[in-house]
Amino acid sequence: MKTDRTLWLTLSLTFGIPLVLAVLNQVTEAGAALHVPTYVLALAGKYLCFAMLALAVDLVWGFAGILSLGHAAFFALGGYAMGMYLMRQIGTRGVYGNAMLPDFMVFLGWKALPWYWYGFEWFPFAILMAVLVPGLLAMGFGWLAFRSRVTGVYLSIITQALTYALLLAFFRNDMGFGGNNGLTDFKDILGFPVQADATRAVLLVTSALFLCLQFLVARFVVGSRFGKMLIAVRDTESRTRFLGYRPESYKLVVWVLSAVTAGIGGALYVPQVGIINPSEFAPANSIEAVIWVAVGGRGTLSGAILGAILVNFGKTWFTGALPEFWLYALGALFIFVTLFLPKGVMGLFAMRRTRT
Amino acid sequence: MSEADTLLYLDGVTVTFDGFRALNALSLVLEKGEMRAVIGPNGAGKTTMMDVITGKTRPDTGTVLFGTDTDLTKVDEPAIAALGIGRKFQKPTVFEPHTVWDNLLLALAGDRRPRFSLWAKETAAEREKIESVLEIVRLKDHRDRRGGDLSHGQKQWLEIGMLLAQEPQLLLVDEPVAGMTDAETEQTAELLRAINRTRSVVVVEHDMAFVRALDVKVTVLHEGSVLSDGSIDHVSADPRVIEVYLGR
Repeated sequence: MKTDRTLWLTLSLTFGIPLVLAVLNQVTEAGAALHVPTYVLALAGKYLCFAMLALAVDLVWGFAGILSLGHAAFFALGGYAMGMYLMRQIGTRGVYGNAMLPDFMVFLGWKALPWYWYGFEWFPFAILMAVLVPGLLAMGFGWLAFRSRVTGVYLSIITQALTYALLLAFFRNDMGFGGNNGLTDFKDILGFPVQADATRAVLLVTSALFLCLQFLVARFVVGSRFGKMLIAVRDTESRTRFLGYRPESYKLVVWVLSAVTAGIGGALYVPQVGIINPSEFAPANSIEAVIWVAVGGRGTLSGAILGAILVNFGKTWFTGALPEFWLYALGALFIFVTLFLPKGVMGLFAMRRTRT
Repeated sequence: MSEADTLLYLDGVTVTFDGFRALNALSLVLEKGEMRAVIGPNGAGKTTMMDVITGKTRPDTGTVLFGTDTDLTKVDEPAIAALGIGRKFQKPTVFEPHTVWDNLLLALAGDRRPRFSLWAKETAAEREKIESVLEIVRLKDHRDRRGGDLSHGQKQWLEIGMLLAQEPQLLLVDEPVAGMTDAETEQTAELLRAINRTRSVVVVEHDMAFVRALDVKVTVLHEGSVLSDGSIDHVSADPRVIEVYLGR
């Protein structure tokens, strides 16, 4: 019964609140008592996408024991795929008015679109790539790492190296992804202007929908016999081999699933924030995602969503009020949670429940 | 003894760790249906021998055959487990967050691939099998308890139960009665004898009273090779055994 309550509560809140925000924004006039300003929609949408990243981290860290310090890489790759689609939609409305080439390519003096930009003007192709690119990268990386039995802190370090390598690569102008500035100045998505209130409302509700879907998939995976094996692998990997299991294949499946969902989160993130640049690959982003999960409660799924939203809410407030102290506050929060709330905010709820 | 009766065949197996010879030209033959007790002082190579048989450690030289023709030095741990060799560790290792029931469910013989376990539903046949194992290892009343909450002796039994659920042909059991009470030790000896009616067993143990209770052929290891073998009375009377092990 208890787990069912968490399930329904998580689903109704993660879908209900964004829906109410979107509807209030649409049906009320600016200045009305219940009006939700558009910037709130953009902010809420951003939080939900971060929650998708957090949920992806929790799936591998909380249930398979893989502490990924490079998960933002999959998120950013999904984001770039969407960004490339949005760039191709600009058409002749760019500064240089070139129908074929995005502004930054004209600026670099390029004459033709690089081959890897082909197809991105087509929405389904871009979405496919937002799933496929993170998925394939995760598959290659995971296959090598898990088969070689790289675990623990060594694995964490190479995930960090992975995202850092991508950061450096995407910084280069020659890569053809806009270098330092990344991709921005988006005009419309599927024919609708990205800046319009109605588009933002739809994007917010879509993000909520995908987050709920991801949550349900994660719940199914964790609750299956596969999920039980995953926990066994997390705690005593070598023992599972003597039972005849191949822990590397279990880890690979959940790792790829996690990367794919992170990629979808990134694809939803970009139209709502209006930019994607290499800083999304920064190692600090991945570490922050781990902190969201730790704050919410590792291995609880619902906690990952809660943690991502709470910490980012705090970040928005903090960077407005005391910008130079945010990183200190985040570090202090992490230490506090590790020392006093080993099971995060969800652990706090569970404690209250058992006491009453 | 004909070749067809041989279940496990080790010949000239040598393992060195940084110059230390953990196993030194070890040879050992186990017949189908046999139970064998392996004893020896610390560092005699008992656990290394188990590691070699289960694929955890690769020997430098030597032959390790399962049945008549399966070379165990060529396959990895999950493949060896699938061939029908189960192992219980010295320190009981059960899946602590899972219930006794789920521990056995995960151990049950069957498809081990993720694509199966993602969709697997508990079947009546599986439930029946788990019930029968619970009966054998006397954990019927503890099925819903977490593995981590069991007493030391119960964990040992749960691990033996997991071995049984795997339905192996050969069980390798490392110090099954370490840390058990006398009553539990006696019950464990009984349990292993019952298991031996249908399966071959290799038991590594320090507890001489327990080995005596098993009443099977004993192999004494010393410095990585066989020092003596025979009945417990035979080996305890062997002056070399007394010298290295029993006499001290």
